[in-house]
Amino acid sequence: MKKIVMTGLLILVAFFGLNAQGYEVGDEAANFKLKNVNGEMVSLFDYKDATKGAIVIFTCNHCPYAIAYEDRIIELDKFFSAKGYPVIAINPNDPELAPEDSYEKMITRAKEKGFTFPYLFDETQEVYKMYGAKRTPHVYLLSRVDKDFVVSYIGTIDDNYKDASAVKKQYLRDAVLALLDGNKPNPNFTKAIGCTIKDKEYKK
Amino acid sequence: MKKLNLLFFFVFINFTTSFSQEFEVYDDFTEFEFLLNQQDNKIYVINFWATWCRPCVKEMPAFNQLYENFQDKDVEILLVSMDFGKNLQNRIASFKSNHNIKSKIIILDDPDSNSWIDKVSSDWSGAIPATLIYSKSKREFFEREFEYKELENELKKFL
Repeated sequence: MKKIVMTGLLILVAFFGLNAQGYEVGDEAANFKLKNVNGEMVSLFDYKDATKGAIVIFTCNHCPYAIAYEDRIIELDKFFSAKGYPVIAINPNDPELAPEDSYEKMITRAKEKGFTFPYLFDETQEVYKMYGAKRTPHVYLLSRVDKDFVVSYIGTIDDNYKDASAVKKQYLRDAVLALLDGNKPNPNFTKAIGCTIKDKEYKK
Repeated sequence: MKKLNLLFFFVFINFTTSFSQEFEVYDDFTEFEFLLNQQDNKIYVINFWATWCRPCVKEMPAFNQLYENFQDKDVEILLVSMDFGKNLQNRIASFKSNHNIKSKIIILDDPDSNSWIDKVSSDWSGAIPATLIYSKSKREFFEREFEYKELENELKKFL
């Protein structure tokens, strides 16, 4: 009997342990409502351009990988927004730890680069934890199934952060194109080197 | 005469490149991979970092101290820089002298990181800093920032 209880406990622990790590492909994404650089609140579920889904990217101002991808993120938004998959960028960092990622500096950066997409501030750092984002940039591609947003791809934008012209595999672009064709992205999960999310609770 | 000039030219080129190439650059992970699988009696501490990565810079003194305390105990520390871009060698050289680093530094510059992150550890999301400690019989991976005591405690499990 004791053994059964212990096994049950272990399974429970494993289950919640896994859940704490955020979304996996196939999970339904919860709504978020965060402040955009223009002062307005943006909510995923009410975002008008997201007719087929959304490309949610956790990114920031200071990280060299994030900076290297800025132009490519703008291009992706320009290309996919009209097709029903707009980019929604979210800065998950605590500005006390990364002063370049303050709300004011986000506004400046969005203007300088001419971001065509919302750039939201995850001030309470709850959204990135809910998603399970581990680094910047970190992409969660969501596709709409009726009213729900289903996580369809998690990972990186492509296989060369340094040089956009040397990219061989455009993981994110191919994933959105697959969804538009009614297929499942393959691969639906990739990794990349990135900056840790700056959080005072991080592994302490 | 022309030949001689050419000879001088090549000697000069060789001289300048060998002088400025202070840190080995691996632009292909497959050539770097053996450094994660050395089968001798040493303990290897491999830290993935970058000069611009704030938590990496913050934990660098812990690795310096580890070097001081364990250099005569068959412990090898390898600092694998993920830096990229202009003046790579100079940036790392000045970082090395400013932070008084004595451990070996190399540069891993293979941008297709999705193809190799799992080969370092399947537990690695890709965020830096990250540290791998291994011997021929044991292997532990940490995606976190270290204080000295914590790092020493992890290393001591291998001794």
